[in-house]
Amino acid sequence: MVRFFCLWLLALCGLLPLQPIQAQSVDAPIQQLLQTHGEIIAKSSRKSIGPAIDALAGSGLPEAQVVLQRWQDKEMWVGKDTGLFVFGDKDGKELLATDVADGSTLGPFVAKDFKQLKPNSGIRGMIAAALVQFQLSNPDPIVRLTALSAIERDAEASHLTALRASIDGEPNADILARKTRLERLLTIQFAEDDVERIAAIKGFDGDLGVDVRAALNPLATTQIVASDTPLTGSDIRGIIAPGSDGFSETDAYALLVADDKAKPIIDPEDQKQILVANINGGSVAGFPVSTLDTQIARDEAYAALAAAGRADPVATQAETATILAGFTFYERYIGAPPNVALAAVAVLSNIENKVAVNQAVDLGLDALSLASIYFLAAIGLAITFGVMGVINMAHGEFIMMGAYTGYVVQLFVPDYTLSIILAIPLAFAVTFAAGVAMERLVIRWLYHRPLETLLATFGVSIALQQIAKNIFGTQARPLTAPGWLDGSLIINDIVQISYIRIAIFILALLFLALFLIVMNRTRLGLEVRAVTQNPRMAASMGINPDKINMLTFGFGSGIAGIAGVAIGLYAKVTSEMGADYIVQSFMTVVVGGVGNIWGTLLGATMVGSLQKGIEWLNPSNTLAAQTYMILFIILFIQFRPRGIIALKGRAAEA
Amino acid sequence: MSKHLLSTTAAAVLLSASAALACDAPIKVGVLHSLSGTMAISETTLKDTMEMLVEQQNAAGGVLGCELEAVVVDPASDWPLFAEKARELLTVHDVDVIFGNWTSVSRKSVLPVIEELNGLLFYPVQYEGEESSKNVFYTGAAPNQQAIPATDYFLEELEVEKFALLGTDYVYPRTTNNILESYLKEKGIAADDIFVNYTPFGHSDWSKIVADVVALGADGKKVGVISTINGDANVGFYKELAAAGISADDIPVVAFSVGEEELAGLDPSNLVGHLAAWNYFQSAESDANEAWVESWKARMGEERVTNDPMEAHYIGFNMWVNAATAAGTTDVDAVRTAMYGQEFPNLTGGTAVMLPNHHLAKPVLIGEIQEDGQFDIISQTTEVPGDAWTDFLPESAVLKSDWKDLGCGMYNTSTSSCVQIKSNY
Amino acid sequence: MPKDATSSFGEKYLGGSGGLAPQSVGAKGVETTFIAKHPSVLIFLACLAVFTIGVTILAEGFGIGVISTSFVKTLGKTLCLCLVALAMDLVWGYCGILSLGHMAFFGIGGYAIGMWLMYARTELIVLSSLANAPLPPTPDEITNGIATQIFGVVGASEFPPIWAFAHSLSLQLAAVVIVPGLLALVFGWLAFRSRVTGVYLSILTQAMTLALALYLFQNDSGLRGNNGLSGLQNLPGLDDVPQSAVSLWFFWASALALGAGYLVCTWVVSGKFGSVIRAIRDDEARVRFLGYSVETYKLFIFTLTAILAAIAGALYYPQAGIINPAEIAPIASIYLAVWVAIGGRGRLYGAVIGAAFVSLLSTWFTGGQAPDINIAGVTIQWVDWWTVLLGLSFVFVTLFAPKGIGGLFDLIPRRKGETS
Repeated sequence: MVRFFCLWLLALCGLLPLQPIQAQSVDAPIQQLLQTHGEIIAKSSRKSIGPAIDALAGSGLPEAQVVLQRWQDKEMWVGKDTGLFVFGDKDGKELLATDVADGSTLGPFVAKDFKQLKPNSGIRGMIAAALVQFQLSNPDPIVRLTALSAIERDAEASHLTALRASIDGEPNADILARKTRLERLLTIQFAEDDVERIAAIKGFDGDLGVDVRAALNPLATTQIVASDTPLTGSDIRGIIAPGSDGFSETDAYALLVADDKAKPIIDPEDQKQILVANINGGSVAGFPVSTLDTQIARDEAYAALAAAGRADPVATQAETATILAGFTFYERYIGAPPNVALAAVAVLSNIENKVAVNQAVDLGLDALSLASIYFLAAIGLAITFGVMGVINMAHGEFIMMGAYTGYVVQLFVPDYTLSIILAIPLAFAVTFAAGVAMERLVIRWLYHRPLETLLATFGVSIALQQIAKNIFGTQARPLTAPGWLDGSLIINDIVQISYIRIAIFILALLFLALFLIVMNRTRLGLEVRAVTQNPRMAASMGINPDKINMLTFGFGSGIAGIAGVAIGLYAKVTSEMGADYIVQSFMTVVVGGVGNIWGTLLGATMVGSLQKGIEWLNPSNTLAAQTYMILFIILFIQFRPRGIIALKGRAAEA
Repeated sequence: MSKHLLSTTAAAVLLSASAALACDAPIKVGVLHSLSGTMAISETTLKDTMEMLVEQQNAAGGVLGCELEAVVVDPASDWPLFAEKARELLTVHDVDVIFGNWTSVSRKSVLPVIEELNGLLFYPVQYEGEESSKNVFYTGAAPNQQAIPATDYFLEELEVEKFALLGTDYVYPRTTNNILESYLKEKGIAADDIFVNYTPFGHSDWSKIVADVVALGADGKKVGVISTINGDANVGFYKELAAAGISADDIPVVAFSVGEEELAGLDPSNLVGHLAAWNYFQSAESDANEAWVESWKARMGEERVTNDPMEAHYIGFNMWVNAATAAGTTDVDAVRTAMYGQEFPNLTGGTAVMLPNHHLAKPVLIGEIQEDGQFDIISQTTEVPGDAWTDFLPESAVLKSDWKDLGCGMYNTSTSSCVQIKSNY
Repeated sequence: MPKDATSSFGEKYLGGSGGLAPQSVGAKGVETTFIAKHPSVLIFLACLAVFTIGVTILAEGFGIGVISTSFVKTLGKTLCLCLVALAMDLVWGYCGILSLGHMAFFGIGGYAIGMWLMYARTELIVLSSLANAPLPPTPDEITNGIATQIFGVVGASEFPPIWAFAHSLSLQLAAVVIVPGLLALVFGWLAFRSRVTGVYLSILTQAMTLALALYLFQNDSGLRGNNGLSGLQNLPGLDDVPQSAVSLWFFWASALALGAGYLVCTWVVSGKFGSVIRAIRDDEARVRFLGYSVETYKLFIFTLTAILAAIAGALYYPQAGIINPAEIAPIASIYLAVWVAIGGRGRLYGAVIGAAFVSLLSTWFTGGQAPDINIAGVTIQWVDWWTVLLGLSFVFVTLFAPKGIGGLFDLIPRRKGETS
């Protein structure tokens, strides 16, 4: 009894499998098949896995589909000692295993005795491609869509037949449309008949899909060939002159050398090696070593060596030019038969034109989005700096405070939608309070010393930044957008914009409206304008300038807080995020023209479009875009010191 | 210096006389990691790691019968301050070894001081290579231990034909991308199929770059992204990637600077399947790693994660302890000689070996991001020996580092001469 | 320019101490020597000399070794910071231009000298390694060798055009003065001509600093991007000289530069010229109506201080050992203004005191030497809270002590007057 209990305990602890592995149906054909390819399956490399997948997919065994699927889902394990494959579900240190053959439970095992098969995404793609044949006519539409995605990613010639066969019985209209389109694309790539292919190609005229271009571009591939006799033929696209776009004279010459049509050129390092190898009694081919300290001298020495037959002859600069002149370079279609290639080129050129237009639209959207972000970051400043004339260097830190408020709210409210709805008024409240406190404690003493406001608020800024670091750490904190803001609005494969950016854009418009309403339609706005224009006069009319200044500053700061939530949603939340926006924000306000919200709007649009424009000109260096954008702004302010929309008259001097 | 030498020889003599030696002063271990400023979050973790390692070693009896003492200074993410603090550690505190630095620029700042004063530095972070100092042991990955295997994985396993090399504009991405460009060309990838982009630190507006990457797929070639984007700029990048609906099956992204710590800054659910290449992941399955993660969490809190540079310090520190024990002294030159060939088990299984070029032989791991912010290791190579000078740039291919036999870190094999004894900085 | 007008402006604004020098002249009413007119100069120079000699005696290089080499470097760097603070005080405290770009000029000075230091050091290494080669090196090989060494770490191997003069010490020394001078001249001319003043000018100078920092951050700019120029503490050809000696050389040079800079600044702010620039600070429009060319005066001060800042930078970075674009970031220039404000604007010794006091204190607090404070079980680490304290103390100084530390000196004579 005791002994039995001990055994049971041991088994429970996983030291002994409850059910010995022998219970597994080792002789099942699917297990046998897996065993045959056991080694390459365990090796799990895309380069060698092919036969195993093909064997499984082509085995005709009913279990093959399940095995492939669960293997793809990383649910297949292999016994370290037995080498047998099982399906497994890891639970803590235990592995709940089932038989690959019939799905019967084999019992919990010690997970360490098994190795999980982890097919990488390349192999998973291959498995998915193999599974297509089972899935295309599956009753479950989701499975059929999975199969279509697999074909889109990894198309094979065999898919074309399977796809065609499945089109007739397709009940779902959307899936049918996708299948048909995919069938046309596969026809372009794999069909035997050129006429069929050309028809399919022409069917895509003007289509913006990346997949269409991906199918057509390989057909239009060309190769450059050199010839000293004129080449004609339908596969010749035309003549390309050395030294023209992307085909330098060096490339051209290298092509000739590779074709054994010209002598090679030697690079200085190789030349040096050969010279060194031929040093003989302090001289090389009669040239004393000490004189070989210029390239010209070395060339001469090498030429002497070559003349003596002790080195390979090489071409000099002058020779390369004459040799090059003796050849004509042609571009030849190699991707497809000439008529197919020409059809592809014709359709592609139409598409490319449309693509260019759409890319410009997309760039415009990006610029607009960036502008709205700058506007959002700057609008609070437009109030505190533009209306009140207060330089608030801590403005960026108010943005940061808003973002952190959002993060803290998400810690307590796990529902992302609710937390954002809560975070926005809370962020406003927090930064409003901070703004009022700062106005009361610091700024109101300095209304006549603007330069010192700059420095005092800078002090507040670095203090706030460090406090945020001490509380939240320097690592970025997650601020996650609700699910309905995930993804992008896709107009076509080129023009798309993420919903979160659209939300920011709308928020910016809302703020603009809010600003205009508050300033122009409310009592507060009237009083703000009065205090701004003439505080003494306003005071004598019964307005309390102190209170108005406080509220205005709080309002501007509060808006910065909301902007912080928005910016945190699309980018990152760190203690230094405010510092990233402060200089840009000031420039946005100054460029636009201080004291005018429309100016700020224009300023943001200009800064945003300018940056995107420069990025487009130099796509490999975003940093350069920022640099030149700032340089441009500096120059712009030199020539229009009061901004795009300049205040005129007395207000301008205030 | 001579005083130091005298005391260590004296210690050695005493040691041979009697094994149980009472130490008059603890052995000092300098820790040169930023505790404030932009690099604080990454480097503070390493400072805590070092303190933990020193404590563990003391609990195990110290080194050479002496207690270890960690001397922690704060260079505050300020590069000139790194040089100043290194000098302070070596001259004022008289430390026997320094564990420190994260960024390349901080290392370049420290190099002249370490070499002038003949100190010993263990540098734990993956870096761009192209450097070899007599006084530095590089326990992080050289490009051939991270970038090249990851690129091979792209080429062979994912059959990527077109590459987008995205990086933050500083030395590590610049050099790494340079090496990769040259490597890819060698592998037959045309120059037109390599798109390179550099962004500033902390960049947040990624929409255009992501759109550019998507557009690369227009010529029917499979696109892959190799990311050397640093720090919190990754947050915006991955958010934009997720918003554009780019799945890892369409355009895989492999990152060299994104580890467990960095993923804490965003919601990983949309990034499942994207990749990272390191020499260590927390999810590695080995007994040593389980114990390591456990002791780390016990010390720092359950939510804390371990990462690659921590493992590098773990290996580096233990190798130093073993080398000092083998040499019978903590004298820099003696320890350095004893370091060559030192072996220590990796946390990921297998054994790390210290090579004469001051780099480690370590396995390369590739992991897929999972929902929980951990990595699923899908590929693990055998130990790859670290290479100080890359084989894929013409100027560096001829260079070789061998401090053991050649006594030179920049040896030109084509002219058979030592270019310079000091390192280039 | 009537003197009473100046002093009345000065009184109106708390920051001003402008009337001091003219008043003392007026009180004596006789022509005396420059030093006699400005006794503070003599006191300052004497203090500086005593300090320099003291440090030399206590240092490791030639003295008794109480002060470590790393601390000598810190002190030497502090002297350079004092010099750039002096420039800042001249342009802001006296002329009223709150420039947030002077640390950019400081950085340019460092880059200019750093280029030569790197080039010359690397050239020696390359020449000695090529000397062993079987063939004598061609000029191309030497240049390529140097370029590979310098730019290899940032993934390039060719010299950008910006390095054209790096081989020549005298040309690079000239560049220390000419490049920032020209930049300040052009920038100032554009800005002052367009009547960009006050906070607008501050923002504009800040934008200039940011643009320069971003430009240098790019690897394509040819100055090694984020890595910057390093190993600057090693003087070419002087490998055998220990750093303890080199650090003292630079310390002396820094002290000399600070002394000379102080003399120049005092000379500039005294006399009629000084009165005019103070008047510009106090009311630019009135000075313009009186017929002075305000822009010319401002441009002169702006350019002169830019050059002073650059000289300070050229002495600072060989002591720091490395310069990179982060040093030029806008925040550095704001800190500079902070030092001057804490020390006391509108008095030259105030700037020097402010820079020395705040930067040394910062070093002490962030260096981890300051003891942590334990209040009721909560440990306050200075490393974490020093910046907060600095920020708040700055608010405090602006609000309650606009004269800064220098204001304390005003209290001494007054108390004497009360007792006597």
